[in-house]
Amino acid sequence: MSAPPLETSGTGLKAWLTAPIPASPFQARMQQLSLKWWRLKANPSALFGLAVIVLIVLAALFAPLIATHDIYAQDLGKRLLRPSAAHWLGTDELGRDIFSRLVFGARITLYIALLTAIIVAPLGLIIGTTSGYLGGWVDIVLMRVVDVFLAFPSLVLALAFVAALGPGIENAIIAIALAAWPPIARLARAETLSIRKSDYIAAVRLQGASPLRIILGHVVPMCIPSVVVRLTLNMAAIILTAAGLGFLGLGAQPPSPEWGAMLASGREFILTNGWIAAIPGTAILITSLAFNLFGDGLRDILDPRHG
Amino acid sequence: MAKPLLEVEDLFVSFKGAHRTTQAVRGISFNVGREKVGIVGESGSGKSLTGRTVLKLTPKAAHIDARRLSFDGIDLLAASERQMRSIRGNRISMILQDPKFSLNPLMRVGQQITEAYRLHHKVGRREAEARALAMLEAVKIRDPDRVYQLFPHEVSGGMGQRIMIAMMLIPEPDLIIADEPTSALDVTVRRQVLTILDELVTRRGAGLMFISHDLNLVADFCDRVLVMYAGRIMEDIAACDLRNARHPYTRALLDSLPRLDRATDMLQVPSRDPAWLDGPTIRSGAAT
Amino acid sequence: MSALATNAQGTAQETALAVSHLNITFGSGAAAMTAVDDVSFTLGHGEAFGLIGESGCGKSTILRALVGLNRDYEGTIRFRDTVVPRQRDKSFFRRVQMVFQDPYASLHPRKMVQYVLAEPLRIHGFDRHQERIDEILSAVGLGPSFRYRFPHELSGGQRQRVAIARALIIEPELLLLDEPTSALDVSVQAEILNLLKQLRRARDLTYLMVSHDLAVVTHLCERVGMMSEGRIIEEMSAEDVRAGRAAEPYTREFLEASTGYRPAS
Repeated sequence: MSAPPLETSGTGLKAWLTAPIPASPFQARMQQLSLKWWRLKANPSALFGLAVIVLIVLAALFAPLIATHDIYAQDLGKRLLRPSAAHWLGTDELGRDIFSRLVFGARITLYIALLTAIIVAPLGLIIGTTSGYLGGWVDIVLMRVVDVFLAFPSLVLALAFVAALGPGIENAIIAIALAAWPPIARLARAETLSIRKSDYIAAVRLQGASPLRIILGHVVPMCIPSVVVRLTLNMAAIILTAAGLGFLGLGAQPPSPEWGAMLASGREFILTNGWIAAIPGTAILITSLAFNLFGDGLRDILDPRHG
Repeated sequence: MAKPLLEVEDLFVSFKGAHRTTQAVRGISFNVGREKVGIVGESGSGKSLTGRTVLKLTPKAAHIDARRLSFDGIDLLAASERQMRSIRGNRISMILQDPKFSLNPLMRVGQQITEAYRLHHKVGRREAEARALAMLEAVKIRDPDRVYQLFPHEVSGGMGQRIMIAMMLIPEPDLIIADEPTSALDVTVRRQVLTILDELVTRRGAGLMFISHDLNLVADFCDRVLVMYAGRIMEDIAACDLRNARHPYTRALLDSLPRLDRATDMLQVPSRDPAWLDGPTIRSGAAT
Repeated sequence: MSALATNAQGTAQETALAVSHLNITFGSGAAAMTAVDDVSFTLGHGEAFGLIGESGCGKSTILRALVGLNRDYEGTIRFRDTVVPRQRDKSFFRRVQMVFQDPYASLHPRKMVQYVLAEPLRIHGFDRHQERIDEILSAVGLGPSFRYRFPHELSGGQRQRVAIARALIIEPELLLLDEPTSALDVSVQAEILNLLKQLRRARDLTYLMVSHDLAVVTHLCERVGMMSEGRIIEEMSAEDVRAGRAAEPYTREFLEASTGYRPAS
């Protein structure tokens, strides 16, 4: 058993977090959370992932303060400059400052990632748990729908939707979400199938709880950790798909500083001015990696099978 | 008196955690001769860990320390992993609680017994097979030729445990460590399995370390009983004297059992004394 | 069906539960396996009856059918002289509750004790939640300080106490006990058995217990039904068991095997 060192002499927050008898549900929850944080801290790669994500979030939040130049201002006299003191990461083919565009691009990337997660998580959770808990024909119908979605490669599916809805960042998000929920639903259903057999679900059934109460109150909370972990790990794929759509001209439209679109426009100069493509590419790589590392760490602390 | 098979003196096992070290076994000493020694205790008392330590099958994080840990003159503490491999199974074997987890699910049970024999004896396949069949017969399996061909999932719990015993005893070990070998079995099956184990151990003059939580069973089955609590041996007593145990913990455990011979209203709930952690071990009625 | 049954002491009392001609089969066709074979028994109000047998004898299957976790059964189950509908309703669970074998599995790993105990109150529309929770926690010997604990912070015995509190908080009449102490250490088993005995007296409960441990069953129950291969082969009083009075050879073998180890001849 691992527990953080108990410091009985501590005062304030520390004492409150390690009190042997919590005085309120809030305190009890915070104590659990602090234990998880303590376990996450022991995992350097997850911590690194988290640090990068926090950095990107900060960059996105304070983009206007961080950016050094107007991201739309073109200056054809200064096109394709190498990194320098005036332009930290150089300029692109229209003379726009790449560093500033990268910082603002973080907003778009996070916007896509967050919005997709908000759509995908509840959708996949509800469909998966309902399907798994109720079984029978509900399960058959829902899982066949999932199969249809899974039959297409996600990028192809997203492409088809964007083609139908028209290019644009919101449509790209809807398209990505439509391609991303089926694996989540599958995962939630698989978890539910093992959860529904457990004694604690039998116990609530014996208290007379309705299926709705059982699914929302007891099955979903058990599925959330694995779904969150899966989503975090999928975040990399979502960001890549978004960048891919941008690259193909179907996501964010120019002059928006979306990383995929930036990468696409830098493609022409890849042999002569490689950094124009390399910089947004590296940003995509690092962000994806950060989400992956953090997701792995999150799995270690959240997954009930890991204690 | 003959030299004991296993000599343990001042054995400590600790686990290094991230922030503190947990002492799981704290300075125990005992000997096992060619006899049946029962180790009883509640969960967390360190009884299973003691059994595993003898085979050096402890988890990686465990640290073993002892003044003496020797088996038949071999210093187990200093033994290399290679030496240990030749001891495990061959000279000391272990029977676990659930045969389902200890048998290879993809191999016929007869084959597994044959392999176990050939691992330690340089004999031909034919001869090993004959030995395996004889062993299945020795553990009272009615139709050994048929059972030989079965896969582990096709046998019942009691049968599986008998197969485990056959497999563990076929190399003719000197010491057998049985960790809760009958806890997963029904009472009527339990008796058959114990009878077989008893016969084989007695006939071959092997030593047996019988780890269990069941005081009544150990009192009837073993020759000597070690009562463990919190990583220490509380009492070392002849099994026939267990009902007259001296240590308050042993007495409390006995009193907490519901009895079949007379009606009791409320059971005694053992109270624990922190002084026991540093107190003496009572050996055959005398504190040492 | 008479409203009166006779208990072990020969006095008439109200019937709490009557099971008649219960049959349960798993699978169908050639693979069909009869798990429970024409089982009938009655349980007087305030009585404790134990079903005992080895694994696979059908004792737990009977419990699962009684509470409606398995609806595929034949025969009738009457509770207080009313035939229980196949689809159990809330009013049934208000009066019949169950304690499971493994306290490590029967509590939701992410729910605080407080929530675990409040849920049945909410489902059945009880008032005064906080007072009832504090009261039941004291009754099972834990005390209100356990309100905001999570199951993984509790020992096996404490968890089983929470599970018992959860079953008793809505004040049921009949408590089904599925091997409630077999996953616990002997000293903790003694605590839980004492608690169950004391709660039964204090709350006028009826117990139906299932176990493989004869000593545990006879300690708690006045009457015992010996099960083998899906049937109740013999009903005995706890006195009979202690005196070793058994008619069936299988029961005698079971009694003998339960009293400890003697080499089989």
